[in-house]
Amino acid sequence: MNSRKLLKNKLFVISSAVLLILCILALLAPLIAPYEYDAVSVGPNLSPPIKGFIMGTDVLGRDLFSRILYGARLSLAVGFCTAIFALVLGTATGAIAGYFGGKWDKILMSIVDIFYILPMLLLAILFTLIFGRGFFGIFLAIGATTWVTQARLVRALVMQARGLPYVEAGRAIGLTHMSIIFKHILPNLIGPMVVSLTFQIPNNILTESFLSFVGLGLQPPYSSWGTLANEGFRGVLSYPHLMIFPGLALFITMLAFNFLGDSLRDILDPKSSVGSSIGS
Amino acid sequence: MIQFFLKRLTQAIVTLSILATITFFLLRLAPGGPFDGDKIWPAEIQANINAKYGLDKPLQTQFFTWVSDVLHGDLRESFHYIGTPVTEIIGDAVVPSLQLGFLALLLSVVFGLLFGILAAWKRGSIWDFSAMFMAITGITLPSYLVGTLLVLFFSNYLGILPPALWEDKSSMILPVLTLSLRPLAIIARMTRTTLLEIMHSDYIRTAYSKGLDDSTVLFKHALRNALIPVVTLLGPIAASLITGSYVVETVFQIPGLGQYFITSVINRDYPLVMGMTLMFGIILIICNFVVDLAYSWIDPRIRLEAKD
Repeated sequence: MNSRKLLKNKLFVISSAVLLILCILALLAPLIAPYEYDAVSVGPNLSPPIKGFIMGTDVLGRDLFSRILYGARLSLAVGFCTAIFALVLGTATGAIAGYFGGKWDKILMSIVDIFYILPMLLLAILFTLIFGRGFFGIFLAIGATTWVTQARLVRALVMQARGLPYVEAGRAIGLTHMSIIFKHILPNLIGPMVVSLTFQIPNNILTESFLSFVGLGLQPPYSSWGTLANEGFRGVLSYPHLMIFPGLALFITMLAFNFLGDSLRDILDPKSSVGSSIGS
Repeated sequence: MIQFFLKRLTQAIVTLSILATITFFLLRLAPGGPFDGDKIWPAEIQANINAKYGLDKPLQTQFFTWVSDVLHGDLRESFHYIGTPVTEIIGDAVVPSLQLGFLALLLSVVFGLLFGILAAWKRGSIWDFSAMFMAITGITLPSYLVGTLLVLFFSNYLGILPPALWEDKSSMILPVLTLSLRPLAIIARMTRTTLLEIMHSDYIRTAYSKGLDDSTVLFKHALRNALIPVVTLLGPIAASLITGSYVVETVFQIPGLGQYFITSVINRDYPLVMGMTLMFGIILIICNFVVDLAYSWIDPRIRLEAKD
């Protein structure tokens, strides 16, 4: 048992180290990248990986490595921002519905249920149409379709907590409802919430890359990994590196987040064993 | 039972109306119109076109005439494929999509359960390790990369399978494989986790103490209970198959619902988008309904009538 726990912790150490490196690379992209992401003809056109261009170049002679580094900023930013948006909105809705119950619960949860039943990708596509295919449109599209999962989770957890002695004690000494919810119940739920966040982020990154891949996501000159994969897909039989490298970058990120989520769940939330990495 | 069916039918109708209403108005909020091609029409022609398709009327009037058309079984003609009824396009596109989705679901359930059981049964062995390695890869690899790698290997390098389209049986292998990988992985992981948990429960200990052997306990006692969480996953999985099929249909150039939906959205082909939306809604509702039935069949404690 001990050795297993240690192994799990090792998993946590490795996956969080990988993610930290990825974040640093993304943040420092302008310093690390050998070229600007949109600088054309810095090398030969459509070259496979060679010295000086470790991931090769694309049809306009742009350095793929630089483009992937800059793409990391977009992909990670979309993942983090949407997940935090969903966390805030979902937690507020779920906590109020779960704590007060009754009328509030009915109203809020029927809104949540409507969003839950709607085909997510369809909604996401419509949002990107309305708000444009820039960062903001994608952010709203994914955020608006994922907060309901968070709301359901928090509602269930808060409903459980509502009956516990510490909440009753809080009420007995005259704390306000808001202070019970935000100062006492929610801090106790931080474990499961962090776990769900670590599964939500990679799912959102994947959703963004799917949208971009089918041509409905971020548009050039913005190029997330999904956009790069979409560009690479057109000539994939002759120049597979243009698609494989962005795909691999995404794969490594997804892998690290999933391992981080697994290990965090074992450490923070040992009771639940149900995976939440289902995808949109 | 009849009461249950009626309740679900009402729910389905409410859901579809909400879905149709939201989609209709959101679609119109989006900038651009169906006839904004490269050509700039003279104003009179533009007005004529708008009048022909009823686009000059107020939005709510358009909505209500559309609703009444749909209730009369008329999904109208596509704006983009001029003269072709939407029902005809959907009828053609639904065949490959349903085949793709169904085959992928079948493959992922059968092999997901198989790998999950194998991993739990031979826990800690090389079987367990490789099954779970496959599972985590299946969950994390983006499907467009899986599809591309499969095409590069089987079509380009070995030359034994067609790289695209949806015609004969051999052309179905790669897309089905690509689409099924993620749900397969999710099912395998879920099966393993729940089986391992159940193997620690009291009634399993009882079964062992009666002197039953490993495989009887596993297949006759544990598996049935382990199936319950897996069945609840099928709802989200059906939804994710629909999502995944958009990508897979793009990779393999399959003329299915996903392809048509994306192009119709880009073309602002309002009647086609609305028809597709209804189609997706109906498919999702049927999936959820089947999952609920399967749920109560596997776990008799859950009574359909008692569910709200």
